[in-house]
This record gives sequence, structure tokens and C-alpha cells, in this order.
Amino acid sequence: MTEDITDIWAFLAASPLLWLTMTLLVFRLSLWLNRLLGGSPVLHPVLLSMALLIGILLLTGTDYETYFDGAQFIHFLLGPATVALAIPLYENRHQIRALLLPLLAAGMGGAATAAISAVLIAGALGAGAPTLLSLAPKSVTSPIAMGVTEKLGGLPSLTAALVLLTGAIGCILAPVIIRLLRIRDDRVKGFAMGLSAHGFGTAQAFGISATAGAFAGLGLTLAGIMTAFLLPAVVGWLPGLGR
Amino acid sequence: MLNAIILILLCQLAGEVLVLLLDLPFPGPVLGMLFLFTGLVIHGGVPDPVKRTSDTLLRHLALLFVPAGVGLMVHFGLVARDWLPILAGLVGSTALALGVTMVMLHWLIRHRGTAGDD
Repeated sequence: MTEDITDIWAFLAASPLLWLTMTLLVFRLSLWLNRLLGGSPVLHPVLLSMALLIGILLLTGTDYETYFDGAQFIHFLLGPATVALAIPLYENRHQIRALLLPLLAAGMGGAATAAISAVLIAGALGAGAPTLLSLAPKSVTSPIAMGVTEKLGGLPSLTAALVLLTGAIGCILAPVIIRLLRIRDDRVKGFAMGLSAHGFGTAQAFGISATAGAFAGLGLTLAGIMTAFLLPAVVGWLPGLGR
Repeated sequence: MLNAIILILLCQLAGEVLVLLLDLPFPGPVLGMLFLFTGLVIHGGVPDPVKRTSDTLLRHLALLFVPAGVGLMVHFGLVARDWLPILAGLVGSTALALGVTMVMLHWLIRHRGTAGDD
């Protein structure tokens, strides 16, 4: 009997099916747990899923390569999802055109601030080059951020984790900064949240108003495009990263 | 739905191929997004199946980050060494980015009159 179970485990552990299903199951469980605990951004479903899955992998002695053999089918969809961002961009094109210059200028300022200040702060505190390269695109939505890190020669999976942490941090900080700066315009609130905290910020902005949400989606897309196009060009000039 | 999937994958494929051919510094799917956007502008609207497919993909966007996020386990050593700079960098830069974006956009919208209301 125990031998049968060992045989079954040996088969399952080597097949992509187990870890693909496990990822979906754990994510489902995390969504449910997050709702149960009041939807706090600190316990975001993605962060919960990561913690649970890492725990399961360590407990079962499974390495990341084996896990990724199954999970790659989910991971692959990041590319098509990036392409699909064209649809919200297209749907918001009238608002974009009306405020084109302010949005471009503020977007460029915000995206540059996010990347450069992250590298400068972490660099000043002694982080090494692989960490810094993986940190630079962290404000941008994951599919783009990971593509950029890969291009820069950083560690895409580290970037993915940093992007997720940034999202959660942004959701905690945004209400504080909105109050501090006395911002009342939902367009401004949403745009800044989407730009600094990507999908997490966008989801939170939809909680403020539909306008804030639409502008957050715009901030997310603009930050993604600008970072993807500009960061690879400027990264060599940042201290600690000259190549 | 099938056509929409083919369209999205073709845009991505074209983006990836062009990035490789021209040795461009940004990810292929980003270029694919610009192709799709241009296509939508030329077509003058979002066809229903494309809208439904993209909604499905984007609604579950959070799930798609999980496999890569689990990859953090490979970098435990790096994170253990650099955890303070990483955390300080994340919190500091996110606060700064939020502040700078809000101040700039607020000021820029106000100083171009009421033209931004539509």
C-alpha cells in the first residue's frame, strides 16, 4: 500500500499536471482566504499563493525546475496578456488624447522616479548589481517588468516577486500620500496608483471610482510602455550598473 | 474566440520576431501590444471576441504572476543578503513615485485651464 502511494507520488511529482493543478488550487484557496480576512493588500492572493506554494515545494523537497515544468503553462499566458493590454489602452484613447501632454509628462516623471530612486536607495544601502537590475522595473506590471529584466540581464523571477511586493506597498502608501498632498481629483489619484503600483493599484483605484480605475489602467499601461522602451537605454548610466 | 486567440498570438509572434531580427532593447509582447493597438485604431473598434478573450486574460492577470513569483525560492540567498536595501528601495521609491506623479499631473492639469474635463 505505502509502496503504491510512493509509486503514484513518483509519477505525479514528475508530471506537469500536478503542479499546474496545484497552482490553480492554491490560488483559488488564496482568493478565498483573502476575502475571508477582509481583502487586505498585505495578504494579497498572489503573495499568499507564493508563500503557500513555496512552503509546499520545500516540504515535499521539490525543486523549482520541476514545479515550473507544470506552472509554465500559466506563466506562458503573460505574453498574450501583455498584448491584450492594447484593449484597455484603445478603450481609453479619448481620455488619453484630451490629456495627452500632462499624462505623458507626469507618467515619464513618475516612472523615472520609481526606477531611479529604487536603484539609488537600494544601491546606497549596499545591494549588489543583480538585485539592482531586478529592482529597476519593479513599478511596472509583471509581464512587462519581467521582459525588461530579462533584457537588462537581471533575474526575472526576483523581479516578479519585487513587483508583487511593490503592488502591496503601493496599496498601503497611496491613501496616506493622497491625504498628505490633499489630492481630490480622481483622475490624478487613479493615474498615480496605476503607474506606481500597477495591477494592485488599479484594482484599488476602481474602489475609489470608475474614473480613478480607468486612469489607473492608463497609468499602468503608460508606465509599462515607457519603462520597456526607456529603461534599457538609461540603465547603463545608473551608479552600480554601468556595463 | 479562436480567431481572437490567433490574432493575439500573431501580434506577439510578430513582436518577438521583430525584436530578435532588429535586436531591439524591449520585450516582444510590448511591441505586440502596439501592433494590436494600431490594428484596433485602423479597424475602428474592438471586435467582440477580441474583447472577451482579452477580458478573460486580464481578469486573471494576478494568477499569471504566481509561477514566476514562486521563483523567489531560488533567490533566498540574495534576498537574505539584500533584504534591507530591497525593502527600503521598494518603500521609498513607491512613495516617491506616487508623490511625484500626483503633484506633476495635478499641477499640469490645473495649469492648462479646464480643457481636461472631457
